Amino acid sequence: MTDQTILQMKNIVKTFPGVKALDNVTFSCRPGEVHALLGENGAGKSTLMKILSAAYRPDSGEIIFKNELFKHSNPIAAQKAGIGIIYQEFNLVPHMSVVENIFLGREPLIGCKLIDYRTMRDEAQKLLSGLGLTIDVNQKVKNLSVAQQQMVEIAKALSMNAELIVMDEPTATLTDREIEFLFGTIRTLRSQGKTIIYISHRLEEIFEVCDRVTILKDGKTVGTENVPDLDKDRMIKMMVGRTLGEYYPDRSTARKGDKVLEVRNITRKGVLNDISFSAYAGEILGISGLVGAGRTELARAIFGADSIDGGAVLIDENEVKINEPLKAIRLNIGFATEDRKGQGLILGLSVRKNISLAILPQLIKYGLIQPKKEKEVADRYMKILKIAAPGIDYPVKGLSGGNQQKVVLAKWLAKDCRIIILDEPTRGIDVGAKAEIYNLMRKLADQGKVIIMISSELPEVIGVSDRVLVMHSGKITGAFNADEVTEEKIMKCATGEVA
Amino acid sequence: MSTERISRFNKAHFLEDYGMLLVLGVLFLVCAIVSPYFLKPENLLNITRQISVSGIISIGMTFVIITGGIDLSVGSVLAFSTLMIAGFKGMGAFPAFVIAMALSMAFGLVTGILVTKGKLQAFIATLGMMTAVVGIGLTYSHGHPIIGTPEGLSFLGQGKVLGIPVQTILFTLTAIIAGIVLNRTRLGRYIYAVGGNEEGSRLSGIRVDRVKTAAYVISSALSGFAGIIMANHLNVGEANLGSGMELDAIASVAVGGTSLSGGRGGVVGTVIGVIIIGILNNFLNLINVPGYTQKIVKGAIIIIAVLAQSLQANRKK
Repeated sequence: MTDQTILQMKNIVKTFPGVKALDNVTFSCRPGEVHALLGENGAGKSTLMKILSAAYRPDSGEIIFKNELFKHSNPIAAQKAGIGIIYQEFNLVPHMSVVENIFLGREPLIGCKLIDYRTMRDEAQKLLSGLGLTIDVNQKVKNLSVAQQQMVEIAKALSMNAELIVMDEPTATLTDREIEFLFGTIRTLRSQGKTIIYISHRLEEIFEVCDRVTILKDGKTVGTENVPDLDKDRMIKMMVGRTLGEYYPDRSTARKGDKVLEVRNITRKGVLNDISFSAYAGEILGISGLVGAGRTELARAIFGADSIDGGAVLIDENEVKINEPLKAIRLNIGFATEDRKGQGLILGLSVRKNISLAILPQLIKYGLIQPKKEKEVADRYMKILKIAAPGIDYPVKGLSGGNQQKVVLAKWLAKDCRIIILDEPTRGIDVGAKAEIYNLMRKLADQGKVIIMISSELPEVIGVSDRVLVMHSGKITGAFNADEVTEEKIMKCATGEVA
Repeated sequence: MSTERISRFNKAHFLEDYGMLLVLGVLFLVCAIVSPYFLKPENLLNITRQISVSGIISIGMTFVIITGGIDLSVGSVLAFSTLMIAGFKGMGAFPAFVIAMALSMAFGLVTGILVTKGKLQAFIATLGMMTAVVGIGLTYSHGHPIIGTPEGLSFLGQGKVLGIPVQTILFTLTAIIAGIVLNRTRLGRYIYAVGGNEEGSRLSGIRVDRVKTAAYVISSALSGFAGIIMANHLNVGEANLGSGMELDAIASVAVGGTSLSGGRGGVVGTVIGVIIIGILNNFLNLINVPGYTQKIVKGAIIIIAVLAQSLQANRKK
């Protein structure tokens, strides 16, 4: 047992309402290795790490860390036990100094409970120079670069004697040079006997810095391999190789309609880089890519939710100026955001009021909302979309994810939108409701509407779309028709392997 | 969706809507039993008159608080309005009325712009306005009260129709109109939407900045209107007349069940809150509770009322 494992996670199961996030996952690490955890969005990487950090409790399974059964009930206890996690969003207090951040909540004291700043500074300096970073430790964290902040996070973990450090997408926001520096630090840590779990989508990084890789897919372990034994193609195949579900609607045989939407050279500094594409009546256009590729930002730019630095949007060959969502809505564009609860719905309001929100001007007579008309609209769409709610006056916050999504859709259908942009339309929705949403999308497309679907789930993109665009780092890196698209092709474009 | 869940929801819904009405009923009963004078018609009418000015301000405050903001400047705007009515009495009733209303609304517009375009927190923006408006009033009046109001307006503060104080009638009308605006107009619906979810509202095509600004203008307009009533009641205009009224208004709104985090509440609740606080004031005077103790009791009742709501809301989860 003791031979060369620092961490063993055995048969971990974790279920969320409607989703089995982890299904019997087994994962182990040796001391002093850099172990990559790889998988698509939603494969279960984050959930697994949250269980490791004791932020979630597994339904079943056990964790053995340093030969002891690990049963900590909260993240602080896990940290004390020697597990440090560097999340994508740092847990630093921007207005406090580097030193204060590293020792936050664990300040060394002298005398009458005064903070021993000298010891703290010396310790911090030692930790940071050990990582190869020379900065003034009295500086406020907000004045540091992202890469430097990351180093502070790592130093903080080390100051708690972390032996296992999890890095969640550590390079997502770093420049190439900063990445090189980070890799240097990772190698240093490895030589000191620390174990690192490295989560990333970027395959090239895994080859550069990792010793072994465990691949997750749909909440299950596909396998653990030595990195040198693998090549990129095999890695991608392990990540995506699975059968498609059977719940995708048939594609329509109808010919493509007229060009409705054209996007020309849209640019938003640092986010979107010269994006052009067209969408046609009657088609479902899928936009695939990894988290952070700029897909949501593209949708927001088209919809007027964010300003753009250049480029144009054309509808029916006419250039239109959309500088706020209201303009987009008046042009019959609808946008169902990926963050349903945060942006798509007014949770405290009823189903009826959410459905009518974008069409209130049409329901007004003598300055007053006509309740009868409003009720008619709400009733109609509740029936068409089969929204399961106790009534139209039930607040949407009490509905399930799938029904909430249907309410969002109802809002745009009530507005009679011609172009509907759906960002992650099936996220957090159970399988049955997913199928209903797909069928609905197809039905709308068959009515001549343009459906643009942003999705991180490859089978969904492939199963539903007539055409697929792939984005990487704010650019479109691939375009495929339904009959030629494969998960491997998308993954290659999405990871920047093929530009 | 089981029927059990629906019925549970309705019960919670009932408590949320009528819980404070229950409190009001109990309070009313206690007052009636303890003080024989309380139920006398002239006392009850007197209460309705006493709560009118503060009630009208509270209704304006309700609009702002539903958008998720707060308006600390209502008392100052009210006082400024009393000064305008008194100061311009020489021009006649109508011009003085228009000037007082227009300037009050202008203050609301400035607040709205500071909050939406200047991205100031409502608390800070209206705190600044609260101080500045008093200062403008003091400058205008050289720190002195201005005696007298325009001829023909005094009925607003002192008149009675069929024995009912005009103030009471104005408060009632304001409440009805405000209720219609909030529940039946586009602006009202947008105010709830913005308070519930700003980004979600924007993405549904609502011009959030305009909606919020409108709420501040409404709040200031009603403060100005309340000021006109008050000046005519007291026959004086004075720059400090409204100090502390913003806190009573916020208390009434909160007791009435409108959430300070926005998106929920309404005029009915606020009216109930205003009446609860009004009855409490009246009752404590009737039974000769000393002024200092009154403050303690009032403070405690406000805290208990809002605490009860939050406990009930938490139990629902």
